Amino acid sequence: MKLTFTGAAAALFFAAASYAPAFAGSEDVTVEDAWSRASIGTNRPGAAYMTIRNAGDEPVTLAGIETDLAMRPEVHLSSTNDQGVSSMAPAGEIEIAPGAAVALEPGGLHAMLMMLQRPMVEGETFALTLRFSDGGAVSVEVPIFGMAARGPEG
Amino acid sequence: MRRRQLLAWGGAGIGALGLTLFAGWWRVDGPGAPAPIGQRPMALSDMAFRLTDHEGNTVGPETLIGRPSMVFFGFTYCPDVCPTTLADISGWLDELDEEAARMNVIFITVDPERDTVDAMAEYVGYFHPAIRGWTGPQDQIARAAEGFRASFEKVPTEDSDYTMNHSASVFLFGSNGRFVTMIDYHEPREFAVPKIRRALQENVREAT
Repeated sequence: MKLTFTGAAAALFFAAASYAPAFAGSEDVTVEDAWSRASIGTNRPGAAYMTIRNAGDEPVTLAGIETDLAMRPEVHLSSTNDQGVSSMAPAGEIEIAPGAAVALEPGGLHAMLMMLQRPMVEGETFALTLRFSDGGAVSVEVPIFGMAARGPEG
Repeated sequence: MRRRQLLAWGGAGIGALGLTLFAGWWRVDGPGAPAPIGQRPMALSDMAFRLTDHEGNTVGPETLIGRPSMVFFGFTYCPDVCPTTLADISGWLDELDEEAARMNVIFITVDPERDTVDAMAEYVGYFHPAIRGWTGPQDQIARAAEGFRASFEKVPTEDSDYTMNHSASVFLFGSNGRFVTMIDYHEPREFAVPKIRRALQENVREAT
């Protein structure tokens, strides 16, 4: 009787283990050179930049971003057409190949921070979480530089 | 009989040729021609618009003649491209140092609805002090954009808000108001400063 009980517990344990999210891939993701620019108040959207590197041997897909700084954080892509006209649109899911890195940088992909909940103040930082389609997440502390900053060095 | 047939064919031929020419005219010079984007901006002396700078002064294209000018379009609710352009320009001006003091550097908003004189004043205050912000009534902004052959468009976003698509190039004019060249968005920084120097030199050439 006791043996059976142990067996059942073991079966339950293994079943639970197999249903737990397996973070294949995203645990090998690192974020480098994160930075952002200060905002004027909260009316205008902010933007944050960083390099997301996949050091693993499986592709990972960035599904979304989260931060308590903005109600609607979303990865957007700015592009400039052959007439020199710039436009911006949600970037959707972004796949990062094994060993590759995706750069969120001015004039291209950026973490667009819509509906700011508080002003972005130069010298402060904020937490941003990257959510991957395998269920994993990577958090990064993003420093806020001046409005005229041009890169991760400020 | 034979002659009549020949005439008929000839007539059809001329008709077809005429139609082809008409179609060509329609698409190139006629009403079917593409909007004048991609063309060279007009000389400042040929433009006509009335705007207000971020200090409340009435300004127009004639304000710029007499000094070399750098002009670009944008809006202050733009999170990525515009602050990047303003930051780049601030960097170029730092590099040009004293030479930059002889230039007009003008940021014209394409979003006057949100970019009031006060909003422009606050925004440009965060960048190089030489940068001046111009705003004004919608029709005057449209006339300015037309002169610079710049385009802009209001685009609604999900949250009943809107963003603006707009020309992101930086236009350079000599002190006589003639267009010299433009700096495209994404152009490496090492090309930008020599181009600005070229516009500054047009000024020197004229003075001598």
